[in-house]
Amino acid sequence: MLRFLVLRLARALLTIALVVSFAFVVLRLSGDPALLIMSVDAPPEAVAAFRRAWGLDEPLWRQYLSYFGAIASGDLGRSMRDGRDAIVLVGERIPATLALTVPALLIKLGLGIPAGIHAALHRNSWSDRLVMLLAVAGFTVPSFVLGLLLVLVFAVQLGWLPSGGQDSWRHAVLPIITLGVGGAAVLARFTRSAMLEVLGQSYIRTASAKGVPWAQVVRNHALPNAAIPTVTIIGFMVGSLIAGAVVVESVFSWPGVGRLLVVAVANRDLAVVQCILLLVAATMVSANLVVDLLYGALDPRLRRGGSR
Amino acid sequence: MTAPLLRLAGLSVAFDGATVVHGIDLAIAPGEALGMVGESGCGKSVTWLGALGLLPDKARVAGSVRLAGAEILHAAPATLDRVRGGRVAMIFQDPASALNPVHRLGRQVQEALRLHRGLAGAAARAEAKRLFDLVGIPDAARRLDAFPHELSGGQNQRVMIAMALAGQPELLVADEPTTALDVTIQAQILDLLQALRRELGMALVLISHDLGVVAEVCDRVVVMYAGRIVEQAAAARFFAGPRHPYAAGLMAALPPLDGPRAPLLAIPGGVPEPGALPPGCSFAPRCPQRDAACQAGVPMLRPVAAGHDIRCLRSAA
Repeated sequence: MLRFLVLRLARALLTIALVVSFAFVVLRLSGDPALLIMSVDAPPEAVAAFRRAWGLDEPLWRQYLSYFGAIASGDLGRSMRDGRDAIVLVGERIPATLALTVPALLIKLGLGIPAGIHAALHRNSWSDRLVMLLAVAGFTVPSFVLGLLLVLVFAVQLGWLPSGGQDSWRHAVLPIITLGVGGAAVLARFTRSAMLEVLGQSYIRTASAKGVPWAQVVRNHALPNAAIPTVTIIGFMVGSLIAGAVVVESVFSWPGVGRLLVVAVANRDLAVVQCILLLVAATMVSANLVVDLLYGALDPRLRRGGSR
Repeated sequence: MTAPLLRLAGLSVAFDGATVVHGIDLAIAPGEALGMVGESGCGKSVTWLGALGLLPDKARVAGSVRLAGAEILHAAPATLDRVRGGRVAMIFQDPASALNPVHRLGRQVQEALRLHRGLAGAAARAEAKRLFDLVGIPDAARRLDAFPHELSGGQNQRVMIAMALAGQPELLVADEPTTALDVTIQAQILDLLQALRRELGMALVLISHDLGVVAEVCDRVVVMYAGRIVEQAAAARFFAGPRHPYAAGLMAALPPLDGPRAPLLAIPGGVPEPGALPPGCSFAPRCPQRDAACQAGVPMLRPVAAGHDIRCLRSAA
C-alpha cells in the first residue's frame, strides 16, 4: 500500500511538472510580454530594460531551469503587471471561484445522481425520456449560451436577478445554475448508464432469486456497484473546482480565478498564468489520486496486496 | 401421484411479441429430481425464470404457477420475495458473475438468512459457517470474509448452493450449475447436489443441455424443443429408449463408451427462431421421419405409456 502511494505520488508530481513545462514553453513562444505590457511604441531601450529585469533576455532553457529552481524553493514568481506575488494574486481570487463552483458541484450531485438512478429504474418510461431529453439539452448547450439565455430571461426580461457582478448572493445565483446544469446533465446520463449496466448483471438476478425485496436490491446490490464508474466523473468535477468556471466567470463578470486567467493570458503575465495552471494541475491530480484510493475502497477486486 | 409441490400450467413467455415458451404443463412432486434438457435457447431457463418472476419487465409471462396449490405467478412482490429463496431457490450457470463482487461471501449468505430465517449478527454468521461446511467449502470461517474473485468457480458455485440452502427451500432450481466448471469440479458439484437432496429431502430441477448430467442425478426427464415439452418420462425409461425423434437424436449424438469408433450422428439444421417457427411440429424441418401431416398442425403431448408423454405424430402411433 505504501509503495503504491509513493508511486502514485511520484506520477502525480510528474504530471504537474509536465503541465507546467508545457505552459511555460507555449506562453513564451506565443507572444512577448514586454510588448504587451509596455505600449507598442515604447522606446526600445525601455523594452530591453523590461526584458532584462524579468530575465526574458536569457535563453529559454536557462529561464526554465531558474523557474523550476524557484518553484522548488516555494517562489512562484511575481505578476509583471502589478509586481505582487502571483500566489497572492491568485489566492485572493480563489474564494470567489469556490463560491460558484462548490454550490454548483452540490447541484450536479444532488440533481444528476438521483435523476440518473430514477431514469435507470424506470427505463423507457415517460420520466426516463424526460430526464434524458433534459440531460441531452443540458450538456449540448454550451455554458456561455445557457448563461446568456438565463441573463436574458431572469435579468433582462423578468428583472429578478442581476446579470453580472459580485455584490450580493443574488449575483451568484445565475452563474451557479449555469455551471450546475451542464454537470448535472452529464452526471445524470452517466449514472443512468452505470445503473443500467449493473441492473443487467447476473448478481442482481441472484439477489432477487434469494428473495431480497427490490428496494434493497437497488440499495445494497446495484448502487454500490454503479458507484464505481460514477466516482470517476465526480472526481473529474471535484478536480475542476478551481478552473471549471473560466467561461461562466467571464460571462457574468465574476472576479474569480477563471477571469484572472483570461486576463493574464491576454497580457502574457507569465508568472500568474503559470501559477494558475500549477494550481489547476495540482487539484486535478489530487482529485484523481483520491479517486484511485476510493476505487480500492469501493471495489475489492482493485484492492492491492491487502486481502487474503 | 401425491399432491405436487409445484405445478406449471399453460406457462407461456413472450419477448417483444415473439413467444419463446409455449404453454408448459409440468408438475414437480415433493423431493423429486427433475431434469430439463434441450439445446441453448429452447426455453428451459426462461420457463423457470418466468415462473419465479425473475425476467425483465418487457417479458410477458402468462399461465399459472401453483406452489402447494397457491398461485404465485404475478403475485404481490412481498409474497414473491418470501417464496424466492424461502421455498424455491435458484442457482445459476456462471457462479463468478452470479455473486455480487463488492460484498463478502458471508454477508451475501447472511442476507438470505436474515430475510428468510430472521437470523442476525453472530447467529447468522455461525449458521453461514455451518452452511459453508455443509457444502464442503474448506476453511469455512475464513472464506466467509472472502470476496467472490478470491475463490475458484467451483468454490463460488458451492457458495451459491449454500446461499440457496439458507432459506431451507423445498425446491432448488439449478440452471446449468456445472456448465462453466471443469469436468472434475462438475462431478463434485453434482455429487454435492445429490447428497444435499437426499439429506434435506428437497426437490430439484436440474436444467442442463448435458444428458449425462441429467442421467446421473434425475428421477424424471423433460426434453424441451423450441419452447415446448416434446418428451417426458421417468429417467430409467427415457434413457432406455427415447421416443421423440429429437430426443433420440440427442442420444445418438452422444459418443458411446464401448464398441468400435464411429462418427457421431449430429442433428442436421438448427433450432428455429422464436419469431419464425414452422407451422406444424417445430422439429419437422430437421426430422428424419417427417411427413406431410407433421407440417399441418402442432402435435399434442400424448401418452405412449404411463408417465411417458411425447409430442410427435409419427412415433406415438
